[in-house]
Amino acid sequence: MKPASRSESGRPETGRPVTGDPAVARPVLDAADVGRALTRIAHEIVERNHGGADVVLLGIPTRGVTLAQRLGDRLATIETRQQAVPVGSLDVTMYRDDLRLRGVRPLEPTDIPPGGIDGKIVVLVDDVLFSGRTVRAALDALSEYGRPRAVQLAVLVDRGHRELPIRADYVGKNIPTSLTETVHVLLDATDGRDAVLLGPADLSRSQSEEATR
Amino acid sequence: MTLPRHLLSAADLSRADALLVLDTAEELARLADRPIKKLPTLRGRTVVNLFFEDSTRTRTSFEVAAKRLSADVINFSAKGSSVSKGESLKDTALTLEAMGADAVVCRHSASGAPHRLANWIRGSVVNAGDGTHEHPTQALLDAYTMRSRLGRVEGLNVAIVGDVLHSRVARSNVLLLSTLGAEVTVIAPPTLLPVGVEDWPCNVSYELDSVLPKSDVVMMLRVQRERMYGGFFPTTREYSRRYGLDARRMATLPDQAIVMHPGPMNRGVEIAAEVADSVRSTIVEQVANGVSVRMAVLYLLLGGALIESAEAAA
Repeated sequence: MKPASRSESGRPETGRPVTGDPAVARPVLDAADVGRALTRIAHEIVERNHGGADVVLLGIPTRGVTLAQRLGDRLATIETRQQAVPVGSLDVTMYRDDLRLRGVRPLEPTDIPPGGIDGKIVVLVDDVLFSGRTVRAALDALSEYGRPRAVQLAVLVDRGHRELPIRADYVGKNIPTSLTETVHVLLDATDGRDAVLLGPADLSRSQSEEATR
Repeated sequence: MTLPRHLLSAADLSRADALLVLDTAEELARLADRPIKKLPTLRGRTVVNLFFEDSTRTRTSFEVAAKRLSADVINFSAKGSSVSKGESLKDTALTLEAMGADAVVCRHSASGAPHRLANWIRGSVVNAGDGTHEHPTQALLDAYTMRSRLGRVEGLNVAIVGDVLHSRVARSNVLLLSTLGAEVTVIAPPTLLPVGVEDWPCNVSYELDSVLPKSDVVMMLRVQRERMYGGFFPTTREYSRRYGLDARRMATLPDQAIVMHPGPMNRGVEIAAEVADSVRSTIVEQVANGVSVRMAVLYLLLGGALIESAEAAA
C-alpha cells in the first residue's frame, strides 16, 4: 500500500502521479555519488556555521531521518568536538496542507533531542525537495517545539517545481524533472542500497493507490 | 489504511485498525510533554458531544481530545436541551446535521442509539457508550494502557470481574482484546452474566480466587446500581467478599500484574481503597491515556479526505 520509496509529497489534487515503478527507473546517482554528496553537505554545514557547535539535525520521516543520522556521523568526523551533533526527527503529518485531499495518513515518530531547539541552528533534512509544502509544514511544526536561532534546509535531491517561496541551503544534486516523472531515493538502511532513480510515471498504479487510501 | 467511517462497536475494528489507533495514540501522547499542547490538524471541523446520559470523564476526555486537535466542540447534553421538551433522537440528529457536524460523539442510555444515529447523519458517529451494549473507545484506551504498562496485548491473560451484565465496557473489551490476541476470562456471579455470554470470545468463571494467580491484568467493573431493578446479589457485603478486589486477593496476583478500573469506582464494593491507590493500579493513567486514544480516533476518522469525496474520485 505504501510506495516503495517516498518521493516528496505526491499531490493528487492536480492528478499528478504519487509513485512509479523503481524497476523501470534509470539511476541518476549511484552509491558513491550519494556518499560524496553527503560528505560535501556535511562540510558545507560546518563551514557555514563556523564549526557547527549549535547545530541540531532534524530529519523528516522516513528517509530524511536516515539522511540526518548519516550527516550527523560525518559531522562528528570533520570536527573533533566534545559531544556528537544532536540528531532527531520531526513528523510533519499533522501540519500538512493536503490532509483533506487524500485518506488519513499514519503518523511517524517525532524525536526532538534532549537539548531542545531553543537558540540552536536547526538543519532540516529531507530526501527530495519538490513543491516545498513539506518544508512549510516542517517550519510550522518546528515553531511548536521552540524558537531556533536559525533554520536551514538540506536535501539530497532538488527536483524543482516549487509552489512556495522556499529554497534549500544545502543540495546534494539538482535534478531537473518534468512533473510526470518520479524521483526514487533509495538508502541502505531502508532499501538495501544507496541510489537515486528517475522514473516515468505509472499513472494506473497511482490511481489505484489513491482509491485505496 | 483507513478506519471504518463510524466507530460504533469494538467489533468493527480489525486487528490492523486497532493497532493503527494504538500506534497513532502513542505518537499523540507525546504532545502532553510539549509546552503547546495543540495541533492544527482538525481546524474548521466540528465535533458534537451528544450526551443523553451523565458522564464526566468520557465527555471531558473527548472534549479535550477534539480541542487539542483544534476542532470546534459543541457540548450538547439532554438536560437543558429540547430533548427535555420531548424532541426525538432523529430530530435532534437532523438539527445537528443542519449545523454541519463532522463528527457526533454519542452517549445514550438505549443500546443501539448510535447505530440509528449513523443512518441519519452524514458525519462520523463515535459511540461513547450506549446502554449496556458497547463503549469502544474505553476498550481502546484499556488496550493502550496494557500495552504501555506490560509492553504487549497479545498473549496477556485478562480477567474482567464484576457486573458484566450491565457493562458496555466488558463487552467492548472482550471483543477488542480477543481481536488483539489476549486471553480473556469474565468472572461474575451467574446473575450478573448476560444471556449468550457463552458465545463471547472469552472464558467464563464464577470464581475469582482461582483465576487471579494466572492473570496479567485484572479489570474491575463497577456495580451499576442505577441499572439494577431487581435483586442480583443478597447484600453488597457478600458481593464484595466474593467478587471484590482487596489487598489479600491482590497479593495472589503475579508480580507484574496490573489492576484496572474504568471508573467511576465504588471504593469498598468492587475494589478496596488500598488496591485502587496501589502501584499496580492504572486508574489515573487510564484517564490520561483516554485523551490520547480519543485524539487518535478523531484524527483517523476526520483527518483525511471525506469518504464521499474519496469514493467520488475513485
